[in-house]
Amino acid sequence: MPDIAPLTMPKLGLSMTEGQVAAWHKADGEAITAGEEIADIETPKITTALESPAAGTLRRKLVGPGEIVPVGALIGVLADPVTPEAEVEAFIEEWRARFAAEKEAEPEAAVPEPERVETPYGPIQVLEAGPREAPPVVLIHGFGSDYQSFLLLQPLLASRFFTLAIDLPGHGGSTKNLPGPDPASLAKAVSAAMTARGIEAAHLVGHSLGGAVALALAEQEPARALALTLISPAGLGPEINAEFIAGFIAARRPRALATVLALLFADEKTPVGHEVVEAVLRAKRLDGAEAALSAIAAANFPAGRQAYSLRHVLDDPARPANVVWGRHDRIIPASQAGRLPAHVKVAIYEDAGHVAHMEKPEQVARLI
Amino acid sequence: MPKKSFRQAVNEALRQEMERDPAVVIMGEDVAGGMGAPGEDDAWGGPLGVTKGLLGRFGRGRVLDTPISESAFIGAAAGAAATGLRPVADLMFVDFMGVCFDQIFNQAAKFRYMFGGKAKTPMVIRTMYGAGFRAASQHSQCLYPVFTHIPGLKVAIPSSPYEAKGLMIQAIRDDDPVIFFEHKAMYDEEEEVPDEAYAIPFGEANFLREGEDATIVAIGRMVKFAREAAEILAREKIECTVIDPRTTSPLDIESILESVRETGRLVVVDEANPRCNMATDISAQAAEQAFDALKAPIRMVSPPHVPVPFSPALEDEFIPSVEKICAAVRAVMAAPARRAA
Repeated sequence: MPDIAPLTMPKLGLSMTEGQVAAWHKADGEAITAGEEIADIETPKITTALESPAAGTLRRKLVGPGEIVPVGALIGVLADPVTPEAEVEAFIEEWRARFAAEKEAEPEAAVPEPERVETPYGPIQVLEAGPREAPPVVLIHGFGSDYQSFLLLQPLLASRFFTLAIDLPGHGGSTKNLPGPDPASLAKAVSAAMTARGIEAAHLVGHSLGGAVALALAEQEPARALALTLISPAGLGPEINAEFIAGFIAARRPRALATVLALLFADEKTPVGHEVVEAVLRAKRLDGAEAALSAIAAANFPAGRQAYSLRHVLDDPARPANVVWGRHDRIIPASQAGRLPAHVKVAIYEDAGHVAHMEKPEQVARLI
Repeated sequence: MPKKSFRQAVNEALRQEMERDPAVVIMGEDVAGGMGAPGEDDAWGGPLGVTKGLLGRFGRGRVLDTPISESAFIGAAAGAAATGLRPVADLMFVDFMGVCFDQIFNQAAKFRYMFGGKAKTPMVIRTMYGAGFRAASQHSQCLYPVFTHIPGLKVAIPSSPYEAKGLMIQAIRDDDPVIFFEHKAMYDEEEEVPDEAYAIPFGEANFLREGEDATIVAIGRMVKFAREAAEILAREKIECTVIDPRTTSPLDIESILESVRETGRLVVVDEANPRCNMATDISAQAAEQAFDALKAPIRMVSPPHVPVPFSPALEDEFIPSVEKICAAVRAVMAAPARRAA
């Protein structure tokens, strides 16, 4: 390990430019192991834990709670307990000077904007990130969500893959005319968006309802699904939290929606920021959105149960598959990850809920 | 998402509803404009250009220039609404409503009630309000309290471009007469507004931020000021909830009371003259229904009880400011807690 390691403001999502340390979990002088949670980082979109990039002693906290600093700014310093104070000071000074110079030299990077592609099913909104020549990964969100579900995961994948996050019909900026409310119909729209973006085949990453859509796409067009990563997917068992589905559709005010969204996470304290809550409310308000959500809920989760099983799609040993779940999933129980074929890699995170890609983005990214 | 101005947001709402529903027509002084002049397809579109482009898109059959006779065209709109159209009439400056008030409060507002619920009057009256435009006292008033007072009318006061589009679409789809207030100093404000149509329901307040120390309720243009004040106060460790009622009739008093019961402190910001305005109305309801929760006297931030001055220096002083809102919140924070009985 190097003698001194910087702690910097992380970039949570492609559009983040600044953030604040909501709370420090470690005291000055405390010994820290690599991967340990040191602080909570908060933006208007999300609050998430900062994991230590290295082992060491927390020698400096340079940013107080509530102070807003740009992405990449030095917020603390780790070092050996024996490293002299003067060296730590010199490191901070040098680091800050370099950061300021880099900021000066580099123009603000453009924030990638979602685009709408025309398909036979109507306009579908997509967000691309990563080099076009890299292997493609298609990201399919869950019920009621949109491409922003992959706020944390997509940037992590974009260094290695050409990523395409797709808004399903009825969701986000996509058409509110459903090709049909079932996974097979929704998969056709995903397939059409892939075609429109020149993607023949891809590693499909699906969350929740998006997991069922990924399975349906693999079933309909096996050659397009090179691999599957399913995060708390629908389609593997009968149970589903009907209160979440109904509550999500009914919620019209920020607080009511925030309460419903909290069910997605392992603990009651929702890390979702007001910007995300407001964005979800606005998406639900678009003409046709509520009707589309209701139709999807009725077709996929009638009477509080999942309407179908797509387990058989995972039987093909030639297609690599990951199934990822949080032990504390309060929407679809992690027990549905049981009894899967031997070639399917199952990862269950003890301290995650229904959205492992938001709660454990680094771990999920490493699986893909 | 594209950024749009308040002006574009209202224009887009009108255009999308006119495309969706052939019963929607717009009428008023100069909503087409340029009558008889060359190039009429790109005519003025109202005095501040809000209806620009609609004449070319929908033609003179649905974009009707009217004579300068407010009682005639507001009355015509009320009659058209009662007989199947969905007119959007432009009253231009709310200060002019005096000349057509009978059509509004005795006719449009009463049809549903006096015809035993069998009539509906789906009309919208668009109107500009507010100070800060150097337009003097006959073109600068905030008369929404007058309309809020009258049962049978709905009153929408959007606080941003996003709100303007959604509330206008709701206003057009609503089956009751809606007075739609557009602050003339806000037309160039921009924010992200979806291209798709969406309706914001009436009578549902918007919470712009939530804090536990004080509740700030603000109307129309004042919402942005209240939000800025809350940001300044947050740096002083005073956390405010900021509520935009969106519509003063119906008024989401329940959301306001719920917040007051949590914070115990209420500041109401209203650009209307201080006697019988929204600040007094909301304060009275809070005092009546949430008195036990109050930790400090309610504060109202309103202009003085004078006509809007023409002198720019005085007009600026007249309008409630971010500083005045901050001062009011600091005052309610400083008030000693009431002793337990």
